[in-house]
Amino acid sequence: MPMVLACITGLLVVSVLSLALLRHRTATPLVYGACLVISLALCAAALLSIGQASSQAVLPLGLPWLGAHFRLDPLACAFLAIVNFGAASASLYALGYGRHEKEPGRVLPFYPAFLAAMNLVVVADDAYSFLFTWEFMSLTSWALVMTRHRTAKTGYAGFVYLIMASFGTFALLFAFGLLAGAHGDYAFDAIRAHHLASGMAGLALLLAVVGAGSKAGLVPLHVWLPLAHPAAPSHVSALMSGVMTKVAIYAFIRIAFDLMGDPSWWWSLPALVLGGTTAALGVLYALMETDLKRVLAYSTIENVGIIFIAAGLALAFKASGLAGAAALALTAALFHALNHMLFKSTLFFGAGAVIVATGEQDIERLGGLIHRMPLSSGAFLAASMAISALPPFNGFASEWLLFHSILVSPQLPQMGLKLLVPAVGVLLALAAALAAACFVRAFGATYLGRPRTAAAAQAREADRWSLAAMLICATLCLLAGLFPGFVIDWLQPAVTALVTGHMPPQAGIPWLSIVPVSASRSSYNGLLLFSFMAASAGLAAVVVHRFASRTVRKAPFWDCGYPRPGILAQYSATSLAQPIRRVFGAITFAAHEQVEMPPPGDLRQARLRRFLRDPVWEFMYAPVASAVGTSATVLNRVQFLTIRRYLSLVFITLVILLVVLALWG
Amino acid sequence: MGMRSELAAQFTQMLLVLALAPALTGATRKVKARLQRRIGPPVLQPYRDLRRLCGKDVVLAENSSWLFRAAPYLIFAATWAAAALVPTFQTGLPFSWAGDLIAIVALLGAARFIQAVAALDTGTSFGGIGASRELMIASLAEPAMIMVVFTVALVAGSTQLSTIATFMLDKGGLRVSLAMALVALIIVALAENARIPFDNPSTHLEVTMVHEAMLLEYSGRHLAMLELAASLKLLLYISIIACIFFPFGLITGGTGLQAHAISLAAYLLKVIAASVLLATLETVIAKMRVFRVPNLLGIALMLGLLGTLLLFVSGGM
Repeated sequence: MPMVLACITGLLVVSVLSLALLRHRTATPLVYGACLVISLALCAAALLSIGQASSQAVLPLGLPWLGAHFRLDPLACAFLAIVNFGAASASLYALGYGRHEKEPGRVLPFYPAFLAAMNLVVVADDAYSFLFTWEFMSLTSWALVMTRHRTAKTGYAGFVYLIMASFGTFALLFAFGLLAGAHGDYAFDAIRAHHLASGMAGLALLLAVVGAGSKAGLVPLHVWLPLAHPAAPSHVSALMSGVMTKVAIYAFIRIAFDLMGDPSWWWSLPALVLGGTTAALGVLYALMETDLKRVLAYSTIENVGIIFIAAGLALAFKASGLAGAAALALTAALFHALNHMLFKSTLFFGAGAVIVATGEQDIERLGGLIHRMPLSSGAFLAASMAISALPPFNGFASEWLLFHSILVSPQLPQMGLKLLVPAVGVLLALAAALAAACFVRAFGATYLGRPRTAAAAQAREADRWSLAAMLICATLCLLAGLFPGFVIDWLQPAVTALVTGHMPPQAGIPWLSIVPVSASRSSYNGLLLFSFMAASAGLAAVVVHRFASRTVRKAPFWDCGYPRPGILAQYSATSLAQPIRRVFGAITFAAHEQVEMPPPGDLRQARLRRFLRDPVWEFMYAPVASAVGTSATVLNRVQFLTIRRYLSLVFITLVILLVVLALWG
Repeated sequence: MGMRSELAAQFTQMLLVLALAPALTGATRKVKARLQRRIGPPVLQPYRDLRRLCGKDVVLAENSSWLFRAAPYLIFAATWAAAALVPTFQTGLPFSWAGDLIAIVALLGAARFIQAVAALDTGTSFGGIGASRELMIASLAEPAMIMVVFTVALVAGSTQLSTIATFMLDKGGLRVSLAMALVALIIVALAENARIPFDNPSTHLEVTMVHEAMLLEYSGRHLAMLELAASLKLLLYISIIACIFFPFGLITGGTGLQAHAISLAAYLLKVIAASVLLATLETVIAKMRVFRVPNLLGIALMLGLLGTLLLFVSGGM
């Protein structure tokens, strides 16, 4: 514990020191190098101490009668590892990427502070420190989002983010208020001991879902996420998408599984319903998008939905006393959180490399980059397959566990859940299939085909630091998919602490298979499948080349006999999504197309226009925004009254308040 | 049974599906031709095609990347790995524990991912049209398949095909949810293998092509690997249906040459029956318009969901 706190303090010191260094040319490598070292130390500490008993520390900070409590327990360790590995890889990436930053002074001081804030949220052990560091995390990340503040889009993104972040903190504030009770102590130990009446507990849980969900990006609280995450520099986008959403998920798990005590079965409903909707809608949004970083941000929303589904299932199992099943579902949630950090970091690093190389982030203006950027395209491809839940990568291992926890849910006694869980299963399967479509599209339009602009044709491979970060994360995606048993075993202390049950120990299973419940029921061996595939692909290639033909002739592409040389004749990202837009988007986004044909004899071009509506924005946010706007206009008049009228207003208010007080008494 | 004989059976099974797959395609074409009063190519024609294709030069598009050249082998490997996981004549073989039905679905998904990406590599319009339609079909067929897996797994208490087959042999019976799953699985199998009514395997007409459009730029040995993978996938789906719903004749533990011969004959009979049925189906129905395909797949998805729901409500495993 002291070592963890010392490291976090180190990050804060780096943040302050960077202010002094700003003018210096070495500021960028020094700050990111220091962050890399400290994050690695924290990550190692978390990896090693997950199995140990929890340790606490109280510092004389914050509220005088409370102090600042910190605690390192298995759950905190699991998330510390996720946070700090993500932070370390982002820092490594930024050693190269950060050199392209035009105004490093807008990133360097906030970056270490942001890392420190995320670490502090995870180790905070009282409501005051938690909320304080949570808000600190929001504000530092807001400052990073505003790095390129001169573009209008960024300003808007920052504004929406600030509103939603305050709203989320507000909800969490009330949640902790309810949890602690009227006269309660705000230390987490006291909150654990305090039991709530059923209705109050439900309200507190709902507030926690809203508070944590708005930071994690649960639909319909997600609107800020696809604006803010892409606006930041790419290594910060990777941190916000891959790591900060995990901190939000940590907050939900900490409150729902730990602080609130024994759950009732209906607590799982918000997480399941919102999680399922989020998973399916998030990826559909991603399919409609053509800005590379926004595609990735929407896919983050999808993955957050998947994690919430798993957490909701774990809550339901825990409430019904099915400890083994709860452990399975919670392991799936934590494992997927870890996996998402790995592949989403890789993807954002790849996107950052593309933007540095071409200056474009609209996938309709890219293409053909696989020739110019072979290594980073390989990393992006691996991460795309991992996020699409395809074997042998890690995304499949965690979603496989989640499918198996859905398969044990007929044991739940509640009829409502029996009807809900299969529907959530369909949404999950839909999300997985659509994610594959989404990433075929994103990868294909960006890296494959022929370059659509001169900038894309002139692209150059990323620098060595960035490449190292991408390749390390992509390799870990593969390794975590080949040896999922080690990850599962490593997560078990955190799982057991929360749901009392645990999964069968995976280390003792022969051939490194993983087994969710029992061996006769199902097993998966990524390593064996991978070896078989590698061997058979290699063997097939060798045999064909040795005994049949090995000659290659280069020729222009054939295209069924009608090769059209124009660059725009190749399929674009928008047209790739057209069938899916027609099938799924017609209802969700009221998507439709319109052909504007000029009259005969008119030489203007015909136009095909497509229309999309964002239902969430239109039905939830636009009315609120317009109501605020209207009332502001009305109230604006109050600003220009004479002093006489102000005095009478004061007098009337006083009278009304006195009347209310009289009636109240 | 000793480890050695199990491994021998495993390798026989892996090589059997590989050797049998082109014959299945050939037989289906032959039956279809006979039903249309044509003589049709011989059953062994696909083998000759493969040999001829392997001997030819590869003509590569000038702007294709390494991905385009690696894809055929990767697709073949993923499909073969999936096919090797399905018990054909014997259950409980060593490799079958490496993955369950969900893993098989995901392996085929990986093959499709690589196929779609490779189709985009040359930057042609046909590759794109094929990939976009394939992804649309897959986005409905894959969830439907997962729901079928759920239904079967809830009945049999396992997602492992060997365990499922053993369960169906011993305690299988008529169940409403299983019937729904069978119909859904057949629809999914037709869609995944690009058969009529989803796609026509023997056309190159631009408005109807899905699967073939993705292969247009391939030639020579690469095309041979892709054709072989497509045949393997068809055999794989037939084997899955046979193994879950018609597991008669599967060896679950016994030994002896005679038992193996009988089970092998039973498997061959099932494959021949499936190929005749498939050819008949393709002869009597017409291909659908692309945007009517989601309706049929939606039916499959709903059937799968209903089957799962029935089992959830009745307690499941």
